[in-house]
Amino acid sequence: MYNGGKIIVGIAIFVGLFVFPIFYNMGKPSAMPEPKLDTPVINQLDEKRCVESADYMRANHMQLLDEWRDSVLRDGNFVYESSNGKKYVMSLQNTCMHCHSNKKEFCDSCHTYANVKPYCWSCHLESKEKAL
Amino acid sequence: MSINRREFLKLAGTSTLIGLTGISAVEEILKGNAEASVLPSPAALTAKRWAMVIDINKIGTKEEYEKITQACHSIHNVPDIGNKKDEVKWIWQEDYEHSFPGISDEFVPDHIKHKPFLLLCNHCAKPPCVRVCPTKATFKRPDGIVVMDYHRCIGCRFCMAACPYGARSFNWRDPRPFVKETNPEFPTRTKGVVEKCTFCSERLAKGLKPACVEASNGALIFGDLEDPNSEVRKVLSTKYTLRRKPEIGTGPSVYYVIGGNEHAG
Repeated sequence: MYNGGKIIVGIAIFVGLFVFPIFYNMGKPSAMPEPKLDTPVINQLDEKRCVESADYMRANHMQLLDEWRDSVLRDGNFVYESSNGKKYVMSLQNTCMHCHSNKKEFCDSCHTYANVKPYCWSCHLESKEKAL
Repeated sequence: MSINRREFLKLAGTSTLIGLTGISAVEEILKGNAEASVLPSPAALTAKRWAMVIDINKIGTKEEYEKITQACHSIHNVPDIGNKKDEVKWIWQEDYEHSFPGISDEFVPDHIKHKPFLLLCNHCAKPPCVRVCPTKATFKRPDGIVVMDYHRCIGCRFCMAACPYGARSFNWRDPRPFVKETNPEFPTRTKGVVEKCTFCSERLAKGLKPACVEASNGALIFGDLEDPNSEVRKVLSTKYTLRRKPEIGTGPSVYYVIGGNEHAG
């Protein structure tokens, strides 16, 4: 092999650089998002339950919002009767954001972590108090 | 052990039947988790076909016109961009000649000729904007209101070309900086969508009449066109009214009282 030493050293440097990020980040996982529920409205609730269970909301809030939008806009049905029989007005701005008035600490914490960029807020307004 | 054809078919048939019903039964059990349903709002105002009558004699001063327009534009976060090209309007003013181009004569009383008319989306019975929309972003509800689903609007502006009344505005730029005071209960729009009057469908759901009607001191009358006892029908049966460009067959739902029993002027 001509210039074998140089080639081997070159490969070693390349592999070293290539796997550097893996070893650099090993053992220190990036912080899991912790969406905060600490808002004045939520703190005053007797039972801290969203329109559905937290597990359901975590997995399905996007589908739920999608159905809410079509239901309100297309069919003119404004009221959601949850699986536990409670009724809610279907509105992102007036129902969801009423409790979750901390968009930055609630919505954005997961969305940033998962690198999803929903365009809800290009039209819908986040709560005033926190938008200052 | 042998089995004849008849026995085999019987056996196969029953086992298929058990299999099919078994699956659907299991599905039924699994489904039971989030059993939610949607309902119409209990307080909502409903109609077969919403319509509006605008009695132009009852709006006099500039302030009254301004109050009605502001009532609409402020609650719906309509931006005031300040130049004609980018203008966004849900309800606006136009003179007689341009409001009723087909029927405007040279010699009409001055108080009609120079009176500003309030114009808005006519919520047509046969809306041309709905026909041309390629994404069904604009559509007609069963109660006759023509509304927009901004989520679906791709900004092609076919609807603006189709609307014979100029009732639609395009967001050429982000409207947010031009909304002076945002109403936190209503969304704004975004750059690249078309918007227009909604006959306050979100207020009707709460049992409230449109904002312009509320602010008009009785000059704007709102009701069900198909209910012979409704307020609009009562006015229509006692006063002569005009609609904008009825000859093109769109069936506008906004009527204008221009004469009057009294001699206005």
